Amino acid sequence: MTGVDCNGKERDLMRQIAFYGKGGIGKSTTQQNTIACLAEMGKRIMIVGCDPKADSTRLILHSKCQDTVLSLAAEAGSVEDLELEDVLLKGWKDIKCVESGGPEPGVGCAGRGVITSINFLEENGAYEGLDYVAYDVLGDVVCGGFAMPIRENKAQEIYIVTSGEMMAMYAANNIAKGILKYAHSGGVRLGGLICNSRNTDCEAELIQELARRLNTQMIHYIPRDNVVQHAELRRMTVLEYDPNCAQAAEYRALAEKIEANTMKTIPTPITMDELEELLIDFGIMEVGDESIVGQAKA
Amino acid sequence: MNLTVENAQKMIDDVLSVYPEKSRKKRSKHLGVHQEGNDTCDVKSNVKSLPGVMTIRGCAYAGSKGVVWGPIKDMIHISHGPVGCGQYSWASRRNYYIGTTGVDTFVTMQFTSDFQERDIVFGGDKKLAQIIDEIETLFPLNHGTTIQSECPIGLIGDDIEAVAKAKGKEYNKTIVPVRCEGFRGVSQSLGHHIANDTVRDWVFDKISPEEAKAGSGPYDVAIIGDYNIGGDAWSSRILLEEMGLNVVAQWSGDGTLQELRNTPKVRLNILHCYRSMNYISRHMEEKYGIPWVEYNFFGPSKIEASLRKIASHFDQTIQDGAERVIAKYKPLMQAVIDRYRPRLEGKTVMLYVGGLRPRHVIGAYEDLGMKVVGTGYEFGHNDDYKRTAEYVKDGTVLYDDVTGYEFEKFVEGIQPDLVGSGIKEKYVFQKMGIPFRQMHSWDYSGPYHGYDGFAIFARDMDMAINNPVWKMTKAPWKR
Repeated sequence: MTGVDCNGKERDLMRQIAFYGKGGIGKSTTQQNTIACLAEMGKRIMIVGCDPKADSTRLILHSKCQDTVLSLAAEAGSVEDLELEDVLLKGWKDIKCVESGGPEPGVGCAGRGVITSINFLEENGAYEGLDYVAYDVLGDVVCGGFAMPIRENKAQEIYIVTSGEMMAMYAANNIAKGILKYAHSGGVRLGGLICNSRNTDCEAELIQELARRLNTQMIHYIPRDNVVQHAELRRMTVLEYDPNCAQAAEYRALAEKIEANTMKTIPTPITMDELEELLIDFGIMEVGDESIVGQAKA
Repeated sequence: MNLTVENAQKMIDDVLSVYPEKSRKKRSKHLGVHQEGNDTCDVKSNVKSLPGVMTIRGCAYAGSKGVVWGPIKDMIHISHGPVGCGQYSWASRRNYYIGTTGVDTFVTMQFTSDFQERDIVFGGDKKLAQIIDEIETLFPLNHGTTIQSECPIGLIGDDIEAVAKAKGKEYNKTIVPVRCEGFRGVSQSLGHHIANDTVRDWVFDKISPEEAKAGSGPYDVAIIGDYNIGGDAWSSRILLEEMGLNVVAQWSGDGTLQELRNTPKVRLNILHCYRSMNYISRHMEEKYGIPWVEYNFFGPSKIEASLRKIASHFDQTIQDGAERVIAKYKPLMQAVIDRYRPRLEGKTVMLYVGGLRPRHVIGAYEDLGMKVVGTGYEFGHNDDYKRTAEYVKDGTVLYDDVTGYEFEKFVEGIQPDLVGSGIKEKYVFQKMGIPFRQMHSWDYSGPYHGYDGFAIFARDMDMAINNPVWKMTKAPWKR
């Protein structure tokens, strides 16, 4: 796809997308499966893992853990000593993969690491000749560093992976707050909620309603299927492991919806009370539950 | 301007009038005029500076590394973090010391961990451990190390205490982690407190009760809160020794780790800079039962009173000693006064400094017939202003954490004969045609403490005020 940039020049229009969501919700899995489908559609893609665990590219690369920008930089002395080839690997369907990496848990500043890595990639031209850049970010936007991908000139559309569980929805709402904060200075927009099913009650309806209140859409509902687990154990995407299964079709559907997505909005986060109200409306929490708050089982 | 309570207050109101209302309201509480009979100088202090003004304050790191720990000469003080804080605090603030720099003393050297991006991202504890190893190899005669935290250390949550413990055990040396990150507190004052607390936790608490009191003599004292700027502690120490006291520790100018460790056995802590070291003095009073007394060694009148006050804690021998010392120096001081007082009589001074000097030096000026018409503290607390009341006169202007704008306007309005403040203020006022002396560094002169110091102080003030250059600041055709 081509378009006109801010200087009036015709050039490739690259879409920068990011997947956010509560820790453990399945961001990396959903992202890699979806991106595999986009690659299958012929798109040129780079994945930027922004999680110190560095597990955002393992299904594409079939590797346990790719060498990260920061670990290589630490070995070499500083990021200035690195070359792009050192950190950029090509995986399935020529998907480019980079992991930012970061310190072991409990030391240093992982947020600063994300900033360092993304700056390095930009300065070294990693973003050229691509249709998509996809950022895979740590569960919670705990500090400024993890907000880097949603700040100016970085990710323009955010997809929040959630499920019908209360805490996942709570996290989704918090991420919407983060997007709202940068929506006016940068131009970041919410592209939709991806419901990664946990088989909770009225899940699809609930997420659809949450999406409506956040001024967005539930872009796709991904059912739960064990084939995802089977593929993961082989460090593969479902698409590569069993391209003809039903789950592969689900991911293809999501990829097509993202490719065609025109609904990019400024979210309207809701309050904690409104969120609880929503759960009451769907019969997940009972009205007047205040009396049970803080009460141990008799 | 001939200051009265009324016209001084009007000047303050005029100066404040340019501020936005909220700022005016806040700043007005920090400014005041002393009224005779008022036993407190009740201006507000020790709160955050107003955003947007030029404050003259420092940070907690400055308070710990620059003031309290930095002068301990046989220890190595690591500026832990990116290089700037260490670079700009290099060489100390003229804390004179005896020793061979780089061999057994290190005050004017600069050690920094020079944090790079990777140290921020991956944490700097390993680097810190390596630095301590290198220090042990390169400077084996050091008696210990302190780790002076810069801001990023606190932000990324490095465990410097664990490194200090492990390395302290490995080398059997005192290694002190100091959490003096610059963003903590409102000024350098919190850094003094944090540094004092680390002496308590990492030096005193490692001394057994027997060792703490071992070999204690009846006249043992410690000088607390003298940083030996230009040799101040030396010219103070000789007076104490002359009156028969045994000075076993200097805190911290020309001081050593062993001197810190000696202090729990003294009979009296004599405290000069109350602001920066009252905390550890109070601790020693509680834990070791050591009384402490504040003293002032600026100018013969205050020295005389202070020597008697110190002596009053001891027996007749020491009290006689104090009288002997006072009598010995009296004619010498009279000669200094006879020489300089006629040249300085009636001259007015405005001060703005830190620590104890906004009040302590007033007596020295008065011994020369001069009058302090305005004074203020960079980082003083309520108790400092309380202690100021006995020094100041009716109509003296008080300004806490003065802003660049206010200070300029006050000096412009009052037109004193001398301003005493720091390097940042010096050229502003000299360009206004007003004589100036730096009262942090003694303008690279000193000492100013003690009888020896007073002679130098008098000479320096005369040199500044009566310098013929000030007659030439106006163009001949404008005179």
